Amino acid sequence: MNGRLSKGWWMSAGWDTAGTAFVWGCALAATLALAWLIGGVLSAGAGVISWEFLTSEPSDAGRAGGIGTILVATCWILAVASMTSLPVGIGAAVWLAECNRDGQLGRWVRGAVDLLAGVPSIVFGLFGNAFFCQFLGLGYSILSGGLTLAVMILPLLVRVSEQGLRAVPDQYRMAAAALGLSRTTTFLHVVLPQAVPALLAGFLLATARALSETAALIFTSGYVARMPRSLFDSGRAISVHVYDLVMHVPGGERRAAGAALVLVLLLLAIHSLTNLFARQWLSHVT
Amino acid sequence: MIWWKRSSSSLLSVRGCRRFVDRLLGGAGLLSALLGASLVIWMLGFVLVESWPALQQIGPLRFLTDTAWYPTLGRFGMWPMVVATVVVTIGSVVVTTPVALGSAVYLRFYAPPVLAGLYRRVLWVLAGVPSVVYGWWGITALVPMIGRFSPFGFGHSLLAGVLVLSIMTLPLAALTVDTALGAVPRDYLAAAAALGLGRRAVAWQVAVPLAWRGVLAGVLLQTARAIGETMAVLMVCGNVVQLPVSLFAPVRLLTANIALEMGYATQLHRSALFVSGLWLLVLAAVLVWAAQRLERECT
Repeated sequence: MNGRLSKGWWMSAGWDTAGTAFVWGCALAATLALAWLIGGVLSAGAGVISWEFLTSEPSDAGRAGGIGTILVATCWILAVASMTSLPVGIGAAVWLAECNRDGQLGRWVRGAVDLLAGVPSIVFGLFGNAFFCQFLGLGYSILSGGLTLAVMILPLLVRVSEQGLRAVPDQYRMAAAALGLSRTTTFLHVVLPQAVPALLAGFLLATARALSETAALIFTSGYVARMPRSLFDSGRAISVHVYDLVMHVPGGERRAAGAALVLVLLLLAIHSLTNLFARQWLSHVT
Repeated sequence: MIWWKRSSSSLLSVRGCRRFVDRLLGGAGLLSALLGASLVIWMLGFVLVESWPALQQIGPLRFLTDTAWYPTLGRFGMWPMVVATVVVTIGSVVVTTPVALGSAVYLRFYAPPVLAGLYRRVLWVLAGVPSVVYGWWGITALVPMIGRFSPFGFGHSLLAGVLVLSIMTLPLAALTVDTALGAVPRDYLAAAAALGLGRRAVAWQVAVPLAWRGVLAGVLLQTARAIGETMAVLMVCGNVVQLPVSLFAPVRLLTANIALEMGYATQLHRSALFVSGLWLLVLAAVLVWAAQRLERECT
């Protein structure tokens, strides 16, 4: 061991320099890639965005007009996804963190949720098409798309919420129990207020994941770019709009860049908000 | 949790109604947990039911032995797409793994604290960029550039897919390895430094081997992500069903095939697409599950 460590070709100063150069190079490469990406979206999309672009209906298959109806459909899809997955996700997280921490059933549930987290998004699309569109007869609709996304973001929601609830120190629960509070009271008045920032961060992360999804929506909420009148109408999400303009509409590149920029800005806003909550959460816990 | 066990909780619930509310809340939690856990079984079930006709009438072997993919004419050879998926995935893993390792080592051992914080933010933003935006960037920036070097004269190619996937999967892998390196006990690093090892030796010969579970988890996660990725590869790979004969050849991946054909596929064709979805589902889910097991073990 001693000999191997003290005398080796890899111990020379030249290799130290090479190692330093390599790791700095890796960091630089990734940063440059991000700069290239964001710079590309910004420079191509900035000229397109205006109040009119954000509010008007797309026309000529998206070559002209704006993304007003697209944004409305996106909001509806996100609302359906979060309103359905939130109660289930938080409920499951509460059960995992408060009722069955180390039990066998809890381990099984966690394993199943992890498996769900690994499913590729296109398979969520297949499932959504088979289950919501055909089996439940919802067709290509905002409801189908939203419910498909709800299934997709559930694992993320459960995991982050469970971590947030677990991060609340056990002393709080013990103290509450010593004061004679019931489990429900303890949870609602002691644990939950402490965990709210974490739950919000999880909710925002899940929303961001849903907002950036394309593949799961193509065959569930569909392509129709008109203003959706009900949840049973087909609606085109903004990421699907970008895809459609780039791939199927010659001459749609400029508007696609504008829509892509709006999408990226929305996501960056959500991420900054999440960071804010996460920091608050960390300062709470530690 | 002692206070949560039934014996001590009966001490806590002085009145019956309290116990009832507790039970109600616990029951609702259990119900939603079971619902959440059963979703993956539902999903597997539905994909299986939809792919059953193809599995039964075509048989699992013909997907690999049929000479071509003309699903409407009853020829279901998916072999070229399977090979293309495997090649693109392996390519992106080979490109990304060293960079991810280097990034994590940089974050933990080389970067000044301010730069480490900034670089973590860079990785987070990269991880959050939607795949359709990566696809847009691939088409507008990468594909024209590759087109200039390509012997075929256009840039939609295997290479474009590998490069876009490499950038997409980097942040996940790098952040996973970063977390694992952070969990290496500080004593070990201090002891190594006290033995006179330099920064490079401490990082690469002490910390990285100790964090091998995290490294493996990062590689598995990025593999799963690459296998399941759809939109970006659909947009930059060219979508020609053929064996990848060169880096510059256009190829079609399994995921892209589903996205392209689901819209109009019926009967056996639709069922065949579900079969490829079933493969992707099982493969990616197992990879991610294994990765998460490893991750839990090392932190």
